[in-house]
Amino acid sequence: MSWLIAATLMAPLSAAAAGLGLKDHPRWRDMVTVFGLATAAVSAFAMLFEVTSNGSHALQVGGWGPELGIVLVADRFAVLVLPVALSIILVVELFAIGQRRTAWGANPELAGPLLGVLTSGVSLAILTGDLFTLFVAFELILVSSYVLLTHQGQREQIRAGMTYVVMNLFASTLFLFGLAFVYSATGTVNLALLAERIPELSTGARLGIGGWFFVVFGTKAAMFPLFSWLPDSYPTAPTTITAVFAGLLTKIGIYAMIRFHTLTGMDDLGPVILMIAGVTMIVGALGALAQSDVKRILSFHVISQIGYMLMGLGLFSAAGTTGAILFLIHHMPVKTVLFLVGGLIENHQGTSALDRSGGLAAKRPIIAVLFAIPALSLAGLPPFSGFVAKFGVISAGIDAQSTAIVIVALVGGALTLLSMTKIWIGVFWGTPPAISPNNPTEQAEEAPPVGVRPERANQRLMVGATSLAVAGTLVISVFAGPLFDLSEKAAEDLRDSSSYISLAKQ
Amino acid sequence: MSAALLIAIGALTSVGLFLITARSLSRIVLGFSLLGHAAVLSLFAAGGRSGEAPLANQATPDQMSNPVPQALALTAIVIGFGLTLFLLALARRQQELSGDDLVEDDLEDRRIAGTANEWVPPNRVAELAATAVDVASSVGL
Repeated sequence: MSWLIAATLMAPLSAAAAGLGLKDHPRWRDMVTVFGLATAAVSAFAMLFEVTSNGSHALQVGGWGPELGIVLVADRFAVLVLPVALSIILVVELFAIGQRRTAWGANPELAGPLLGVLTSGVSLAILTGDLFTLFVAFELILVSSYVLLTHQGQREQIRAGMTYVVMNLFASTLFLFGLAFVYSATGTVNLALLAERIPELSTGARLGIGGWFFVVFGTKAAMFPLFSWLPDSYPTAPTTITAVFAGLLTKIGIYAMIRFHTLTGMDDLGPVILMIAGVTMIVGALGALAQSDVKRILSFHVISQIGYMLMGLGLFSAAGTTGAILFLIHHMPVKTVLFLVGGLIENHQGTSALDRSGGLAAKRPIIAVLFAIPALSLAGLPPFSGFVAKFGVISAGIDAQSTAIVIVALVGGALTLLSMTKIWIGVFWGTPPAISPNNPTEQAEEAPPVGVRPERANQRLMVGATSLAVAGTLVISVFAGPLFDLSEKAAEDLRDSSSYISLAKQ
Repeated sequence: MSAALLIAIGALTSVGLFLITARSLSRIVLGFSLLGHAAVLSLFAAGGRSGEAPLANQATPDQMSNPVPQALALTAIVIGFGLTLFLLALARRQQELSGDDLVEDDLEDRRIAGTANEWVPPNRVAELAATAVDVASSVGL
């Protein structure tokens, strides 16, 4: 079990190091990267299996006690989220290999290794048992995301990258201040010890710490009113990179929030979190309606969906936390797939602007199908995974008799459907524009660089990777029952912190 | 916590916050350096009273100052150093591209915010509402 935990961290990091060394051997580099990511993903699934059959496991790195050392904890919540997160990255890397010879790909020499670093940051953030390691994991993720976003050095990316970097750097600095507050109040940064000591603090100190970390994690998660950096920066990056960011980065913020605020019993913050959740849902959905570009619409939906996870957290009930966990698991693959389909659209038409595209349903029905399934899932229609997740959150809201937030959540769902319809009408129906401004297929025929794979092979890998991810979202809805049970147990573990405490301290 | 440390943290935080509200990235870099120092100092202060250097065989554990926050601070300093360099590289690239290092607005957002001032005729609103109802009924809501 300890080996599996180590593998999810070390395999992608070693692959990244090896990938940087294989600069002049693209084929080997791709293979090493995919191998590293696949090892991590398989280990994560093995961990899920181990934990569900034999119970949670903690790894004391270096054998130091919880007061001094780093603890990696594979509890139910962690092993539920980790396999989903790591398989998403693997699928995106496959898509990127298919796409990288086109105008919309990222620089493969850098993107592969950086994705490896990002993956190990994600594993560390999910598995870590103390706040300072969480800070380091955030930095690992953010630094690789800064470079992934700006490495092509084009004007638009630098412009958006500056906002992104400044905003996230500010949140990281706040995180550091928060660590100082926590340490001076409790004398530890270990989550298990904090779960014991924070409830004993005075109400002021407790809520101060809870509120401070709500802002820190909320900035990473792009909740209202700290979201402005997200729709600005995400659409400027190459599709594959945006897909990873949208699927994972904000969700790691929510993950940290669910873990920290539930373990330390910040129930008093519930009403504030619910209020912000409601505003986030509506502002995100309305913002999406106003946009006229596929990637920007999807970016605003990232924000809107964060509201639902916040709602599950803010209810501070067993059912609410279960709903938030389920929503997290459902949202990561669905959002990634939608951005990948956005990439397919862009690759096919040369643009993702709605007014310059159309008629794709007739030309490429497979792209239409690949879009329709996750789009309906995002809007929360049965029988897709979004329905299960939204049902979990909303029924928890009804149980808690929070009528206002339930109504807001339903309105948000309707608005989501409306903007998905907007993409459908704009891209898939209607007539295609007479002249596509810069058709990628023409470019490829004009100047085929040495060693280029044929366009069709690229397309096949891209569509294949996307289909794999769509199948993944369907699997989530098929296994909704067992997943719901697992999420319920994970939520119980989080709310009753005693099992986590004894696990991390053993 | 000593008063000198408190004043230093306060001063660094306020100057840092003032600098990062600027448009120019070089000022923001300076602001983040100062804010980072303030954060590191507060981590340092979180360790409690000061004492002997925490080296083995030089002092008893009771006399030592708490080394854990210092270790955390050291990690934070290294990360901050790397990020400062990255920000500087970003500022340099922006200067190459546009001649200055100002953080710019989101153009697409400005454009869409501008369209809000256009008048939407009432029949168009009714049309949109009808489309919404159609969509809702077609999916069985």
